[in-house]
Amino acid sequence: MSVGYPILSTLIWLPIIAGLIVLFAGRNNPNFAKWFSFGAAVLTFILSLPLYFAFDMTTADMQFVERMDWIPQYNIQYFLGVDGLSMPLVLLTTFTQILVIASAWSVIKTRVEQYMGAFMIMQGIMIGVFTALDSILFYVFWEALLIPMFIVIGIWGGPNRVYATMKFFLYTFLGSVFMFIAFLYMYFQIGSFSILDFHAMPLGITAQILIFLAFLVAFAVKIPMFPVHTWLPDAHVEAPTAGSVVLAAIMLKMGGYGFVRFSLPITPDASATLDWLIILLSLIAIVYIGFIALIQRDMKKLVAYSSIAHMGFVTLGMFLVYSIVAKTGDTQGAALGMEGAMVQMISHGFISGAMFLAIGVLYDRMHTRDISAYGGVVNTMPWFAFFAVLFAMANAGLPGTSGFVGEFMVILSAFKANVWFGILAATTLIVGAAYTLWMIKRVVFGKVANDNVAQLQDLNRREFAIMATLAFVIVLLGVWPNPLLEVMHASVDNLLIQATTSKL
Amino acid sequence: MHFEIPAFSPAIPEMVLLALASFILIADTFWSKKHPNATYWASQIALVIVGILILFSFTTETQVTFHDSFIRDAFGDVLKLFIVIVSLGVFLFSRDYMRLNNFYKGEFFTLGLFAILGMFVMVSSYNFITLFVGLEIMSLAMYAMIAMQRDSSAATEAALKYFVLGAMATGLLLYGLSMIYGATGTLTIPDVKEVIASGDVNATVLAFGVVFIVIGLGFKLGAVPFHMWVPDVYQGSPTAVTLFIASAPKIAAFAIVYRLLVDGLPGLVVDWQQLLIIMSVLSMVIGTLIALMQTNFKRLLAYSGITHIGFLLMGFIAATPEGYSAAMFYVLVYAISSVAAFGLIIALARTGNQFEEIADFKGLNQRNPWLAAMMLIVLFSMAGIPPFIGFYAKLVVLEEVISAGFLWLALIGVVTAVIGAFYYLKVIKAMYFDSNEDKSLLPVAAKDVAIGVSAYSVSLLLLGLMPALLMGVAYNSVLG
Repeated sequence: MSVGYPILSTLIWLPIIAGLIVLFAGRNNPNFAKWFSFGAAVLTFILSLPLYFAFDMTTADMQFVERMDWIPQYNIQYFLGVDGLSMPLVLLTTFTQILVIASAWSVIKTRVEQYMGAFMIMQGIMIGVFTALDSILFYVFWEALLIPMFIVIGIWGGPNRVYATMKFFLYTFLGSVFMFIAFLYMYFQIGSFSILDFHAMPLGITAQILIFLAFLVAFAVKIPMFPVHTWLPDAHVEAPTAGSVVLAAIMLKMGGYGFVRFSLPITPDASATLDWLIILLSLIAIVYIGFIALIQRDMKKLVAYSSIAHMGFVTLGMFLVYSIVAKTGDTQGAALGMEGAMVQMISHGFISGAMFLAIGVLYDRMHTRDISAYGGVVNTMPWFAFFAVLFAMANAGLPGTSGFVGEFMVILSAFKANVWFGILAATTLIVGAAYTLWMIKRVVFGKVANDNVAQLQDLNRREFAIMATLAFVIVLLGVWPNPLLEVMHASVDNLLIQATTSKL
Repeated sequence: MHFEIPAFSPAIPEMVLLALASFILIADTFWSKKHPNATYWASQIALVIVGILILFSFTTETQVTFHDSFIRDAFGDVLKLFIVIVSLGVFLFSRDYMRLNNFYKGEFFTLGLFAILGMFVMVSSYNFITLFVGLEIMSLAMYAMIAMQRDSSAATEAALKYFVLGAMATGLLLYGLSMIYGATGTLTIPDVKEVIASGDVNATVLAFGVVFIVIGLGFKLGAVPFHMWVPDVYQGSPTAVTLFIASAPKIAAFAIVYRLLVDGLPGLVVDWQQLLIIMSVLSMVIGTLIALMQTNFKRLLAYSGITHIGFLLMGFIAATPEGYSAAMFYVLVYAISSVAAFGLIIALARTGNQFEEIADFKGLNQRNPWLAAMMLIVLFSMAGIPPFIGFYAKLVVLEEVISAGFLWLALIGVVTAVIGAFYYLKVIKAMYFDSNEDKSLLPVAAKDVAIGVSAYSVSLLLLGLMPALLMGVAYNSVLG
């Protein structure tokens, strides 16, 4: 499968080069920085479309592969490719980027070129993470992403930004180094850093468990899973709107992606042995973090906690496979959970992005995220209220929105695995609805709370366009998820075979 | 008595350097009044000439001369070339610094040239005497360089400290060498290896010798527990000299560790490996923990340098040719980053503000975004964050130490790297997140310094994108 240009390299390097140009040429020229970044983001998105349309859905093999020597001394290669698991995430990234750039248009007033440049560079790096098939190349992108994110939160964040960004950086760095050691160990065993070779290598159970735990630390911090989630609310609250969107929509997905690309296929036996741990942590995230979200006063914090709960569904869906296979001997039910997890990742990318953008709209006008400062916004901002309610419904998992599809699939397969898993997971339908809708009730509905709210202006055209696009995608995936599901089938089936084939 | 004229050709770079340095030393006394810059330019030209000589006579074949006391091989040539590359930057940056701080003297450059000659001799030593002579040529020149800022009591103190501890370290090293000589009856490094391999030696004396040698080398490298002089000397010395101490001599120290332990004492690998493990772990842990508390940037770099030495030693602990090449790669990367870091301090320190405290970096991104970005590159590279070259240096060392079966050592290494990231982030935080009351733009750095320091910093990024280049150089020069 190929198109006329090295599509993956283009998607990685075009935004990075554009970002560097913005950094250098955009100084004292914010308009150039904005338009150039916007143009580059749109161009990248258009260039990424062939990934979908030229994608071969019948195979689980890597497609659009680019492979050449990079560090021959250690057999490290510049090795890129996508399959049904990573391709949707790449498209999610290129799509979200346009909204990210657009959302910062009139909000960011200081050092615009550094802001836009950082986000463009970040986009290239994120696509690199999703497409790298050499573990060192993957690690390079994975870690390099910390640098622009660190700077973005630290410069443009809120009052407690320095604490938040330090915590973010050190947590993620600490998580990643163990994964790095695992890579080095596996290279020492087989003399290759290729992820596909890692998939095929035999590993003893002790080594598998240690490697699994190393991966777990890295990915759990990124997702984030209970109990290493505490950096996320801090980072979210302090990050500028676009930073929150990138964090929630894409960076959290890296952890989930890590599980399907590394943990399940490389350490299947350890995954089978320790699946209870992941399921336990996921259920804690879904139930306990859901309750924590309920008591938040800060809108962003509330959505941040709800992100953690939703990501709990992702990890739950991924690791249900072993109990389902043990109970029913049927991988079809397991496939349902796995695909549900993947759909949940994509859908959460859109919904959480939409929620943060909606909060950003309010914050730009009132400069507070405190729920109690609002009330009756619907009276002054009817269009905003319309979209906010739609996104909130999606966040609560209302049928007809994309939020429903993934959660429903995961809950169904959770019931197949164990009734209690299913019941606990299903509580989110209540708790999630409670915290989201209660927030909407307090912010959007009711009487106009104060003079500040009375003076609010409704969405301008730029904001309307962003909101409408997201609303369209969320509803589209909710009523017609098939285009997303069908590209995953082959890869998910292959993943399940890998995950259930012993390597001992 | 029969006297044979030895082959001079392998030592041509050293002889040319000696001749040029002597010439500049004498000429300086004549032209220093009228043309204060002449010595500087002459020294730079001398370095370039020597660099070109090495480059064009580069050979992968090993030549030994002066009765087996001097070796020229690819390993040494590469190290010498990098000593030259690093020293070009040192001279460039220190001229500006000395002019601003009113102690501009031509002697700095001539002493520097002699120190570089000493390093060359160390790199090429194939005999204990040659090694010792090289070490002394380098050290004596450096003592004088530190003390050059005569009216600064901090510098004088640093010079004295460096002198006393340096002399002691040399004494210990010499004592160890004499024991090895006593046990083996030879001073020539390859002969020592053969005698030890034959097994006909007193093991106790040898073991004692190794201990003293490793301690002496530990002092020279600045590894814990022999590191006490490092922070004081780094902080007390004029930045121009710190820049020199922290860069080129590390390459030379790496060379003598290699010549002594790997070329001379591979038979005692079990003995020195254990000592290096202790030094490496202590250096990484203590260097990192103490660095966390520093508020002075030069001191911070001193402790971070100690941590880097701990990492470098892991390459030796692996005790394989790949491990040594990893250590070599590490030291080259470290030397370049050091020059860039201290060069940046010099580029920034234009108006009385010495940019020695971390607090001085506050708001740098608003006042000079370009130099702030350069500093960002250097710090992230030192922290081992990709895509900068510092990451790959850590990568190869860790990979080799894991291959040698020391997984736990690699784990200690990465955990200290994470903790260490915190103090680099502190400086970045000051530059990017804090604002400074003083909103005035910084005085523009001298153009040559700004360009030079940018070149060293950007090279950390470019080499990081193409790590195979430098890695290949280190790999091929050790493995042949």
